[in-house]
Amino acid sequence: MKVKILAILSVITMIPALYMIFLFAPTEATQGNAQRIFYIHVPLAVVGAYGSAIMLFIGCLGFLITRDLKWDRFAACSAEMGVVFTAAQLLTAMMWAKPIWGTWYAFDSRGTLQIVLLLIYIAYFMLRSYLPDREKRAKLCGVFGLLGMVDVPINYLSIYLFRTQHPQPVISPGGGGVDPDMAKTLLMSFIAITLLYAYVFVRRLTIAKVEEEVDYLTQVALANE
Amino acid sequence: MKPLTAIVFKDIVIEMRSKESISSMLMFGILVLVIFMFAFESSGLEKTVIGPGELWVAFSFAAILGLNRSLAMEIDNDCLQGLLLAPLGRGELYLGKVASNFAFMIIAEFIVLPVFFILNNLSFDQRFIGIAGISILGTLGISAVGTILSTISANTRMKEVMLPILQIPLSVPVIIAAVEATSQILNNEKPEISAWLTILAGFSIVYLTVSYLVFEFAVEE
Repeated sequence: MKVKILAILSVITMIPALYMIFLFAPTEATQGNAQRIFYIHVPLAVVGAYGSAIMLFIGCLGFLITRDLKWDRFAACSAEMGVVFTAAQLLTAMMWAKPIWGTWYAFDSRGTLQIVLLLIYIAYFMLRSYLPDREKRAKLCGVFGLLGMVDVPINYLSIYLFRTQHPQPVISPGGGGVDPDMAKTLLMSFIAITLLYAYVFVRRLTIAKVEEEVDYLTQVALANE
Repeated sequence: MKPLTAIVFKDIVIEMRSKESISSMLMFGILVLVIFMFAFESSGLEKTVIGPGELWVAFSFAAILGLNRSLAMEIDNDCLQGLLLAPLGRGELYLGKVASNFAFMIIAEFIVLPVFFILNNLSFDQRFIGIAGISILGTLGISAVGTILSTISANTRMKEVMLPILQIPLSVPVIIAAVEATSQILNNEKPEISAWLTILAGFSIVYLTVSYLVFEFAVEE
């Protein structure tokens, strides 16, 4: 039931968010319409890439402390969401960078962090698939996920230390501030993408639980044969 | 004898008898330098421009070779069981392995480094000492994260393949910082070098601490 409410809410918010992005928000003076991709890119990066990182960290830490396999499922689903959202986010970044910077990818610390994050998520998955034993997989992946997520703040700190081409955050202490209509659009888009993320995540978690039950039942059935 | 020194001593004795780890890292490092030399010779690029990248590619890949060897050696004859039964904490076991991995890597690197200077026609002046210093900091970071990751990968079905997949994304900050610091020393400009050195040192401290705390889970049966 809760899942259905999330699904309905995410559809309800996604439609006005798309309307606001394409029709309501004013066109940016220097970048033109290309700037509109920001309304998708920023929430994807914040909610999808960094949000998944925080959740993966919590999942791994939770498993190592409690030894409860539900935390391992939580971590695995966060990493899976991380792969999808970070990849989508990098794709939107490239679409924007080609007309504005004139290149698909520029060596920039924030972009590098996203690529590294994506590689860590993928490495986490490969590690999972090479470890057949359930308990051992949870433990070793917990350790790797924890180590991987410790990498993120070190990389994030580097943004302020390194020279970077990435547009500096305008909505932050010391940032320039934005047009109120743009802020409203961004907020709407944030809400829509957060709800979408929550819906897909809860669905994935349910499926992961069912998968585990099927695995368990298969083993029992094979043992009784 | 303290447990930590006992582990380092044991590894040194094994290495002196088998001579597997250092020689493979050394040979691999020199081969990478030679390949880079052939690959970029015709491009006419300035040596100080491609040099730092070349050096750290050699160091980081050679390190992976050594790390794979170091843990495979413990797993092969169930030696890890013996180490786990020894009266010492898991954290100490980790620090001991980091110390011996670090020592072997540094020995190999300090032989590769002069070869790098000779192949690139650089003079042995203050720059050599500076780059040696950066190598120590960078290698500490690589061995801190590499030791625990090699323990994880040793448990999987595809040991040798898994380690680079796990290690390279995590050691990106070390590689970037070390390459930038090396390039600034090679070009005799030192405005930002302290920031890069801070990152290198910070990375090592963070990973030594975190891995010390979670190593227990990585070796648990």
